[in-house]
Amino acid sequence: MRMSEIQVNDIVKKFGDFTAVDHISFDVEEGEIFGLLGPNGAGKSTLIRMLATLSRPTSGTATIGGYDIVKEDSKVRTLIGLVSEKLIMYERLTAEENLRFFGKLYGVPEDQMKKSIVELLELVQMTRWKDVQVGTFSTGMRQRVNIIRALLNKPRVLFLDEPTLGLDPQTTVEIREFIRKINKENGMTVILTTHMMAEADMLCKHIGIVDHGKVAALDTSSNLKKLVSGGEGTVLEFVIPNLDSGILTTLKSLSCVTGVSQEDPTHIMVHAIGADAFDIIIDSVRAQNGKITSVSSREPTLEDVFLQITGHEVRDSATQKIAVRRRGFMGGGARSRVR
Amino acid sequence: MAVKLTMYHVYLVARKDLTELFRNRLGLAMLIIMPIFMMGMVGFIFPSNQSLGKVTLAVANEDQAYGLQKGQVSTSGLLVTYLNRMDNFTITQVSSMDDVRGMIQRGEVEGGIVIPANFTASLAAGRQGTLIVVTDQSNPQMSALLQGAMTAIFHQIGASFAEQKIESLIPTIKNPLAVIQPLTVNTQGAVPGNFSYFEFMAPGIMAMNVMMSVMTGLPAAISHEREIGTLDGMMVAPINRLSIILGKTLAQTMRGLLQGTLILIMAVTLFGVTIQGSLPLIFGLLLLDVFSFVGIGIVITSFAKDQETATMMMMTIMFPMMFLSGVFFPVQQMPWYMQDVSKLIPLSYATTALRKVLVLGAGIPDISSEIAVLAAFGVVFTAIAIPLFKRNMTR
Repeated sequence: MRMSEIQVNDIVKKFGDFTAVDHISFDVEEGEIFGLLGPNGAGKSTLIRMLATLSRPTSGTATIGGYDIVKEDSKVRTLIGLVSEKLIMYERLTAEENLRFFGKLYGVPEDQMKKSIVELLELVQMTRWKDVQVGTFSTGMRQRVNIIRALLNKPRVLFLDEPTLGLDPQTTVEIREFIRKINKENGMTVILTTHMMAEADMLCKHIGIVDHGKVAALDTSSNLKKLVSGGEGTVLEFVIPNLDSGILTTLKSLSCVTGVSQEDPTHIMVHAIGADAFDIIIDSVRAQNGKITSVSSREPTLEDVFLQITGHEVRDSATQKIAVRRRGFMGGGARSRVR
Repeated sequence: MAVKLTMYHVYLVARKDLTELFRNRLGLAMLIIMPIFMMGMVGFIFPSNQSLGKVTLAVANEDQAYGLQKGQVSTSGLLVTYLNRMDNFTITQVSSMDDVRGMIQRGEVEGGIVIPANFTASLAAGRQGTLIVVTDQSNPQMSALLQGAMTAIFHQIGASFAEQKIESLIPTIKNPLAVIQPLTVNTQGAVPGNFSYFEFMAPGIMAMNVMMSVMTGLPAAISHEREIGTLDGMMVAPINRLSIILGKTLAQTMRGLLQGTLILIMAVTLFGVTIQGSLPLIFGLLLLDVFSFVGIGIVITSFAKDQETATMMMMTIMFPMMFLSGVFFPVQQMPWYMQDVSKLIPLSYATTALRKVLVLGAGIPDISSEIAVLAAFGVVFTAIAIPLFKRNMTR
């Protein structure tokens, strides 16, 4: 049994009347990549800021490496590295000057600094740009330097708040590989927040689904998926050439349907619960004179888990069925709940 | 040890800020141009005696010189000739008071002089002759100057008339002027040389520029870094968070001193200001000046969430400070209640002290009270600001 590197205990953060983080508790094992998955505004960043000692919890507490984040914040700060949503880079300094500035703030000795900078720059293939001002870099280049900046002091815990936000697919893949690599080689505990299901699925051992400031579910990726497939949830993909609003309305009104998303004019995804859901759905599409040219049931993804877990809540709190999500769940769905 | 480490972090932050500043070419250029503009402005726009050089005047001689013999020139005629000979005025001769008024209203002249109809007659009858100076009320500055200049000129002309009269009455007299004007004034400054308005202004402008530099620079720098997110990078590092604000203050102070030095150099080279006091004392005072109000800057930084708010808050505070601290107008010329307000502004003391040192060559003992007040302001504001800053950083 490995010990917990991070323990979060009933932590709360309020901004005035608004509760950004609502009684969250979880443990993170030493050396694992822990994912916090949730839409924008779910409270992930606020949680990270509290853990990184940048914001004080309204109540509750947390420890990192055994140190309390409020009472022993200066101790905590020696253990952590932070890659926040915004780049921590000065545009008018070169890549190396940026790294040196932050390295010196951490008291990294000169000989070690020299070595680390050379190694880390090489690792992210930025060596030949080291004397160029960061302001001239592309977003991807900046993020590479930004991530190695957080590694200079060899932190025990690395916070990555949306590290691939706004990056092109190629850089995204590279950064993910890099995260996996540093975690494996240094045994560094990584807390990763993301709103991208695939990212969490690829990288994280445990995933906490955060919504409305609460952790709605926390488990390994495969266990979370079992919530959908092992339970009664199914995902059906239909191709209906004569798809119209009548069919959509009918589908949405079915009690077994938890969500309908339209991918393109003829293509819909139906999230449903119940053993007889398949029959009911097909019958009602036929009843509306819908011509089904293709049906497939697919493996649940984390997106389905997300819909399953948070979708109920949306319906419960708003007392209405989930709206048609034109761009899949994460597109429309996440945005509709952004406060 | 902890202090030494904090000082090192202060140095790191300041050096980083200055590196950024010096790489921002346009910003740097503005940094240098701003005091030049400022100095040029105050150096040239305020009216001085030289600015009377091109005054246009309308002169109406309504005097009917009764009983004037052929070949004799009337007193009023003499006056007009005298005015015409003066380099400072461009004279247009008109016939009546109404013409003078009309020309002023049309903006053709800046003022006028009317010699009334009974001028010579009055003088001949042994009464005083009165001259009328017509001023343009829409230009109070010029009116006042014209009035002053005309009074002085006519006083002088009057005196020379009187001199001639007395000489003719008492031919034995040696010095008729001593009879007409037994008292005379000889103005002398505490230090030799001519004191110009510019010498009055330069110390204040220096103090003000350093203040502006720190007061606008500090909140802008902090809230800018907060907005772009780099502040988090420093906050999450295991350093005393105070060193962030101290480092930034140091950088802004250097920036302010750079501007102050520029102003001093310009004042000396371009505007002929002579530095009477010691240079290290001047810089010492500028540093004390910064210390006295940096607390206010930190308080504003703690409250303002973004750069825009910070700048607005700063401006609101800075403008009254600029005008009430005696930088542009002597505090002694303000109404008493405003003088009291002025006493609450650290910049007033910095300006006074700098002025004394720069213009009057005062030493530390002469300005000890100003130094004490500035230090007190600094201690009080800093004591308020630092806990506030520390608390507000981790909202």
